[in-house]
Amino acid sequence: MANTDIEARKQELLNQGYTEVYTKTKVLTDAVMHYCPGCGHGTTHRLIAEVIDEMGIQDKTVGVSPVGCSVLAYNYFDVDFQEAAHGRAPALATAVKRLNPDTFVFTYQGDGDLAAIGTAETIHACNRGENITMIFVNNGIYGMTGGQMAPTTLIGMKSATTPYGRRVDLNGYPLRITELISTLPGTYYVTRQSVQNPAAVRKAKAAIRKAFENQKLKKGLSFVEILSNCNSGWKMTPVQANKWMEDNMMPNYPIGDIKVDGKLVENVDVNRLAVDHPLTVMQ
Amino acid sequence: MAFKGQIVIDTEHCKGCGVCLAACPMQCLELSKNVNGKGYNYTQTVNDKCIGCASCAMVCPDGVISVYKIKC
Amino acid sequence: MAKELKLMKGNEAIARAMIASGTDGYFGYPITPQSEVMETLMAEKPWEETGMVVLQAESEVASINMVYGGAATGKKVATSSSSPGISLMQEGLTYLAGAEIPCLVVNVMRGGPGLGTIQPSQSDYFQSVKGGGHGDYQLYTLAPASVQEMYDFVFDAWDIAFKYRNPVLILSDGAIGQCMEKLYTRDYIPRWTEEERRKNAPWGTWGKPANRPHNIITSLELESSRQEVFNHKLQAKYAEMKEKEVRYEMLNCDDADYIFVAYGSSSRIAMKAMQMAREKGIKVGLFRLITLFPFPTKQLAEVAKHVKGILCVEMSAGQMIEDVKLATACGVKTEHFGRFGGIIPTPTEVLEALENKIIK
Repeated sequence: MANTDIEARKQELLNQGYTEVYTKTKVLTDAVMHYCPGCGHGTTHRLIAEVIDEMGIQDKTVGVSPVGCSVLAYNYFDVDFQEAAHGRAPALATAVKRLNPDTFVFTYQGDGDLAAIGTAETIHACNRGENITMIFVNNGIYGMTGGQMAPTTLIGMKSATTPYGRRVDLNGYPLRITELISTLPGTYYVTRQSVQNPAAVRKAKAAIRKAFENQKLKKGLSFVEILSNCNSGWKMTPVQANKWMEDNMMPNYPIGDIKVDGKLVENVDVNRLAVDHPLTVMQ
Repeated sequence: MAFKGQIVIDTEHCKGCGVCLAACPMQCLELSKNVNGKGYNYTQTVNDKCIGCASCAMVCPDGVISVYKIKC
Repeated sequence: MAKELKLMKGNEAIARAMIASGTDGYFGYPITPQSEVMETLMAEKPWEETGMVVLQAESEVASINMVYGGAATGKKVATSSSSPGISLMQEGLTYLAGAEIPCLVVNVMRGGPGLGTIQPSQSDYFQSVKGGGHGDYQLYTLAPASVQEMYDFVFDAWDIAFKYRNPVLILSDGAIGQCMEKLYTRDYIPRWTEEERRKNAPWGTWGKPANRPHNIITSLELESSRQEVFNHKLQAKYAEMKEKEVRYEMLNCDDADYIFVAYGSSSRIAMKAMQMAREKGIKVGLFRLITLFPFPTKQLAEVAKHVKGILCVEMSAGQMIEDVKLATACGVKTEHFGRFGGIIPTPTEVLEALENKIIK
């Protein structure tokens, strides 16, 4: 259907007495996202844009995009945006917020950007308690450069640079940076969510909303990890990839709040070692 | 109270990932045998069981699905 | 602060000029011999007086990227460091140049390579004007030769940075940074109001009002044909700087048989050597570079037409001499004299070098 046909059809339904349950937010631009079919980045973008829309802060928001698959995020959000050097988004966001305290500032980074090359910037922005929102999309792989090992690649998981699977003796352990930064006094809200089904999407959106509300209340740093698939990098269909993520990523990266209102959630062991969990076969 | 739903799919921008098919509780969706301008088998409705729950729209990475509902 | 005569260190002058010139933010990391810049700012607490933000970052990598983020909102944001720290900032500098973000970076040079020495040097000339980072870009580079110029050039830097949407580098050295001299301060220029920011930096990312498209600050362009167009635009900007913004100073060049070419601390030493030479009856002039980029190519070429020889004086193994030879198309005998590794040459050494390398 052409755009005009779509709008005509929507109007027709409204005329028939239908109410609108869902339509794409205007905080996203009309640009077609370059992400692979079924990629969690698109969904995560949508949720952030919806939160900005619902809070009415489009005119006060500045986003910072990373290097990696989401480098072009600035084309998809209809808000002012800066594109950072690899790993440096939290440094940019620190200055944007400190110089413009009335803006809402969020960073959007992948696992390589945030947890490998940008580890120092991540930890120090968190430790300073910058009053910003950090969104961290973890799919355990470097998507943009062609599927190499990420700091969050699971033990045994294949990638372009671990073709026989990640080995602890060669590559060390998967880095659970979200648990790590949750122990810093500067972080106020730390959570891990996912976007593979409607229930998960609802929870992820609520987490992102909370992260932006915290910023409004000047509470300090809110950090939302979104566990995501990389069906191209994992060499699966999108639906298979979501299943594989549930079966293999989630035991290592458990979903849920880790720190709420500045306090670690009870029964969450942030020091627990990554699970040496036998992976289901990657196709 | 029951609802009847309708969805409007921007088929030209659908990438045919199929995540919405897996999310739909009423099995209303399928991938078309036809392809759009980008060569993707886009999503289409296959029956009128839609209840307007918006699960499909919720998981769509590209925001191509709009959802409407009416009491019935 | 009003106009006053003061005695202060070069590094302190940089800090006080930042406050007085309406700078909105400073992000830095300690390194000798420039740490007094941030120390002065922290002691002065400008956030109480002008609202200027000052933050000690976790590294030079972070501080230059904080400059990127802050300056990309259309505010006057600065950092300072010394040679090893400036090396760490090269990534940020090429991004700043590529995204056309006005900002101020001060390098109080020390000797290298590597960790080198903490003593003064001028061995970062190539890094400053021949790239440093990757890609075809230039920094407008000012070389102060006194504490007064350390102060004044901060004001000049903001004018150039915003006029051309380009980073400005003040390339100083440990001698100017650490020495104390008299200095006339200026009246404060208030920080820009919100209206002034919007007028002076309409491209800034401060939150998109309903009546304009979203502003994007990026140095990425995946379409090569557009990237080439953008690079042509940058080159046109640099060409305009070469045309309009060259700064230099000539002393006794009119009747000179020989000239020294120098900048920063070396120009002060060369000036003394020139006076000593004149006392001996040797007609020597001094051509002092104030901007290293744009280089005063035409002006130097003109002077070189009627001299017998040029001695380049630089605290390096010989970097600036390449641009001097290019300017004069090697049409006149040109030699380098320098001490390095943190050693400052004496005027006597410079004069001897002139006599031995050029006059003999």
